[in-house]
Amino acid sequence: MTAVTSPNASTGYADGVRERFFTPRRFVTPLVVVIVLGVLLFWLSSIQLDSIEKRTLNIDYIVNRTREHLGLTIVASALVAILAIPTGIALSRTKSRVVRALVLGIANIGQATPAIGVIILLAIIWQTGYSTALVALVVYSFLPVLRNTLIGIQQVDENVRESARGMGMTPNQVLRRVELPLAVPVILAGLRTSLVFCVGVATVATFINAGGLGDMIVNGLKLQRYPVLITGAVLVACIALLIDWVASLAEDRLRPRGT
Amino acid sequence: MPKTPATAILQIARNTSGARIVLDQVTKSYANQPVAAVENFSIAAEPGELIMFVGPSGCGKTTTMKMINRIIEPTSGSISIDGRDVLSLDPHELRRHIGYVIQQIGLFPHMTIAENIAVVPKLLGWTKEKTADRIDELLTTVELDPREFAHRYPKQLSGGQQQRVGVARALAADPPVMLMDEPFGATDPITREKLQAEFLRLQETLGKTIIFVTHDFDEAVRLGDRIAVLSGRSQIEQFDTPANILAAPANDYVASFIGHGAAIKRLTLIPVTEARLGPASESSGGPVTVRATDSLRDALDSLVLTGLGALTVLDFDGVAIGSISMERISAVLGAQVPSAPTGLPPAAADRP
Repeated sequence: MTAVTSPNASTGYADGVRERFFTPRRFVTPLVVVIVLGVLLFWLSSIQLDSIEKRTLNIDYIVNRTREHLGLTIVASALVAILAIPTGIALSRTKSRVVRALVLGIANIGQATPAIGVIILLAIIWQTGYSTALVALVVYSFLPVLRNTLIGIQQVDENVRESARGMGMTPNQVLRRVELPLAVPVILAGLRTSLVFCVGVATVATFINAGGLGDMIVNGLKLQRYPVLITGAVLVACIALLIDWVASLAEDRLRPRGT
Repeated sequence: MPKTPATAILQIARNTSGARIVLDQVTKSYANQPVAAVENFSIAAEPGELIMFVGPSGCGKTTTMKMINRIIEPTSGSISIDGRDVLSLDPHELRRHIGYVIQQIGLFPHMTIAENIAVVPKLLGWTKEKTADRIDELLTTVELDPREFAHRYPKQLSGGQQQRVGVARALAADPPVMLMDEPFGATDPITREKLQAEFLRLQETLGKTIIFVTHDFDEAVRLGDRIAVLSGRSQIEQFDTPANILAAPANDYVASFIGHGAAIKRLTLIPVTEARLGPASESSGGPVTVRATDSLRDALDSLVLTGLGALTVLDFDGVAIGSISMERISAVLGAQVPSAPTGLPPAAADRP
């Protein structure tokens, strides 16, 4: 017999992915960010800054705050990835529903509690500063990665899993060669959520003296210097958008081909 | 002691053209169920035999099959392949030498067709060259052009093509035993028939020992060397060749499972040449003829279609070798019923 080729199958899939990767839509987010920052810069240069504002609205200060903010975000997200993904894998292996419900419940509490509450409570019982902020951020953004890892593994087609087993893969091989690769998109989506959470929540680090762009927002508010407040807020929003954008690129790049 | 199971598996693996499978008093019961899923199941499949497990949904046929490669562990009983106790072997190593095809195919969506087929060879540590050659060979065997299909992803294939890849993947390490769980169940009737025919041709050359689970009795008749008709708890109601089961169902259950038209189903198994052909002159001629390679069912079909009393039978070269009529077809069925009381018309003797 002759093999019938379905029309959509005639183009090479891998090539198709490459072709579609950089579409105009991809550049909407960075474009918006550039425009917003441009408008901000234009506005700041057109108004008269007083001495208090000048102390904050200069390159050194902004770069330092941004670096602190990004550092906190990225280190916290990396810690979440290192901790939550293995936990999620372990949870997917356990047959005990009680254990699963318990761990998810604890992670849920971490997220449900207002971040500002967690961070200040931690500061009171422990210490102020970077480490405390980091811990609070990890606690706060743990759940999305944990849950998505668990779901990502669970959603793998039962038949795919069974055929992997039926072909003689050990449970570890099934995990490494089949379940995890197929769970990658879902896990990455969780990581992306966590990253964006972190960018936002890292602003409260300022309350326990851990720096970040929260300094600008809070100072601007307290001293009623709106240019400072607005610059801080806009920068945080732009960072969140850019990080989300980079994560979306990674998601598309790392998604297993063929799915 | 640790060496024995490994060598046993190697011995099973080396025999690539069919092994003897014996299930003895195999039982599977689940703790939370009062009735066993499979109870005291015993069967022996000879090397190269294609055994069909037929039964309604939930009768335990799939469970029984899955105990052979230990996807499901039996509660008691013994299973052996070529005399080696399967339950004492390492299950992962064992499964690498048993082909496994399921209805939903279960191709790995993130791997190309070539990578899918290469899974077991990789697990067995084959060299790249050997694996690549094998992929080409297998894709050609299942009639998919390697150059066109090897680097595609499963999603880009039709259901029938995917099922072919499923069969190729199961054959990758040339296992002596194949387990197939309704492999053609999810395909449309035309594709299914094509796949069945290809599969039969393939099996003729490979001669694997195959356990094939289906709920479709017609499929069982078409493919099977022997059929085990199963009822609840995987009880064997009858285990015999398709022709014998159709001719003499062991009990009402088997008869009801065959359903209506047992005589017609039997005709599909019998070539025209089995009938005592009449002289070619009995046929009034005409454009419709029957070929010697056709089954009696094809002949009957043509007779019904034309409404003629007899049709000419042609041999391979198109030379008339005789004629076939309704009476002569009936006579074949009558002659095949061993317990048919003499004097009864053949059609009546066919009723259980």
